[in-house]
Amino acid sequence: MATNLLQIKNLVKHYPSVKAVNGIDITLEQGICFGLLGPNGAGKTTTIEILEGINQATSGEILYKNKPLGNQFRNEAGIMFQSTALQDYITVRETLVMFSNFYPQHADLDDLILRCNLTEYLDQDNRQLSGGQRQRLLLAIALVNNPDILFLDEPTTGLDPQARRNFWNLIDDIKAEGKTIILTTHYMDEAYTLCDEIAIMDHGKIIAQGSPKSLLKETFDDVILQLPKYALNDFDLSSYTIHEKNNHFEITTCDVNAVISELIKNNISLSQLQIRPRTLDDLFLELTGKELRT
Amino acid sequence: MMAFKRFLALFFTRNKEFLRDRSSLSWNILMPVLIVAGFSFAFSGDIGKQFKVGVINGDTATIEAKQFIQLKHIGFYNVSPVKAEIARSIKKVQRHQVDLLLDANKQQYWINTESPSGYLVEKILLSSAANQKTFEKQTVSGKQIRYIDWVIPGILSMNMMFSALFGVGFVIVRYRKNGMLKRLKATPITAFEYLSAQIASRIILIMIVTAFVFYGTHYFVNFVMNGSHFNLFLVFALGALSMISLGLIIAARISSEETAGGLLNLFSWPMMFFSGVWFSLEGATPVMQNIAEIFPLTHVTAAARAVMIDGAELIDISYHLMVLVIQSAVFLLFGSWFFKWD
Repeated sequence: MATNLLQIKNLVKHYPSVKAVNGIDITLEQGICFGLLGPNGAGKTTTIEILEGINQATSGEILYKNKPLGNQFRNEAGIMFQSTALQDYITVRETLVMFSNFYPQHADLDDLILRCNLTEYLDQDNRQLSGGQRQRLLLAIALVNNPDILFLDEPTTGLDPQARRNFWNLIDDIKAEGKTIILTTHYMDEAYTLCDEIAIMDHGKIIAQGSPKSLLKETFDDVILQLPKYALNDFDLSSYTIHEKNNHFEITTCDVNAVISELIKNNISLSQLQIRPRTLDDLFLELTGKELRT
Repeated sequence: MMAFKRFLALFFTRNKEFLRDRSSLSWNILMPVLIVAGFSFAFSGDIGKQFKVGVINGDTATIEAKQFIQLKHIGFYNVSPVKAEIARSIKKVQRHQVDLLLDANKQQYWINTESPSGYLVEKILLSSAANQKTFEKQTVSGKQIRYIDWVIPGILSMNMMFSALFGVGFVIVRYRKNGMLKRLKATPITAFEYLSAQIASRIILIMIVTAFVFYGTHYFVNFVMNGSHFNLFLVFALGALSMISLGLIIAARISSEETAGGLLNLFSWPMMFFSGVWFSLEGATPVMQNIAEIFPLTHVTAAARAVMIDGAELIDISYHLMVLVIQSAVFLLFGSWFFKWD
């Protein structure tokens, strides 16, 4: 039977002018990858900082292994912030050694270096690392104490697609070891690929929670057909649910066959027709009702 | 044991960071050497020197003495009629730091037989035939203390102050601003472990740099060092501790480098000018002298000068050492109390 690693009960954080977190409850089972999603200003960074022990809640309760956050949590949690500066003039190896000395137990450094693909850069100054190398070092630092729970705050922001994919592989390996991961990201494909469960936050509350597939299934029973605008010039769209996207129209329908038959009947070229299922991007926009806020 | 391991990890990393930052390290060593070289050159000819006369019992001066101490273009300053103060001033006459010491009530004066300036001031004092009969002459002798000998303890202390305030205060603010402190907060490191590692690292580095500057400058300028090296070491170590602790208070909560820079300058500049580094506070107003008492730099400079020039023992400088210990304890307490990781 899966055990609860982290329990968050009625978590509230009020700042003088804003209610950043407004009563959220989350229970995390050991070994899952949990994604916390939401537009900017939704309260997810505040929530995650409270869970990491960096920020203090106004009220509510957080239990790690059925105990309030304390020394045990600090020793067993690995944290990768979105942006962390590293000490100048210190090498990758020295940085890892320093962080490993902070903990009573630590992972095998040689293994960690291999796993995070840092071997080539070990004697390189932190200042000289590229974005991808730096993110891998930050992940290695988060793993240096062989944590039971790992917080990853927008770990692939700013990485190129190849570096992102490599990073996903690393996270998959960590998941395979049974570690619990809490991930925040703005990339819905990342959340869909990595997370077993997601929660979407807005205005300090959780507005949807579940596995990505089940949430999509619960929310949508339709698909999207996409065609260039010029291809639909002489076609009457008034009876369809449509969205304009760049130079395309998106037709949302539960009956693909009927729409395609109608298009063929009206001699519409289907050479550039694309049919796609609903994605987490659609779900995100549907639930938060807006574009990604900045 | 675990706490000590964490302390050592932070301590060694900070040392490496400082030692590998070549520009900062060379500036720490070069700046005092350049100042000393500059002063050595600038004051080699004693250009524009004003006569300096210490006056005991100036308020109960005789008519003859009053006529003398009302003369213009001579720097008169009051000396308390306490035995220890008189002895200290006589020592200054021996060192050529004071040209003449006059007891204006008893009509007694001290001059250094080897001092040309003392000879000239004596001529002015005895310019009237009456004075020649009524003023009793006391002679002392001793090697001249050059301005460069006098100013070096202050320059070493001042360099230490900049290194302590900016080296710890500024670094902590930078780490807070760029999120490094927030990352450390997420580890089992405590604020006490972090701050003590920063302090220990900086004290050791300051002492190494100061020793390097001390012996390097001594080789070229051959300044006076009449006291014990151990005593001087103790003065500088305590001075470094008190000024690093002051830096901790300034850096305890600020996360803007601009604000930190402004505040550090606000503390360091008055100390640099009003702690007796460049000129003696003896002629300053009592208010100024009282304000100077608050500055750690005043006590480091005074104690270092007493050791280097007068060969003072620990008992002689115990007041300054005690003030530095108290200031360190108070600053450390407040600094740790106010400290914020992010």
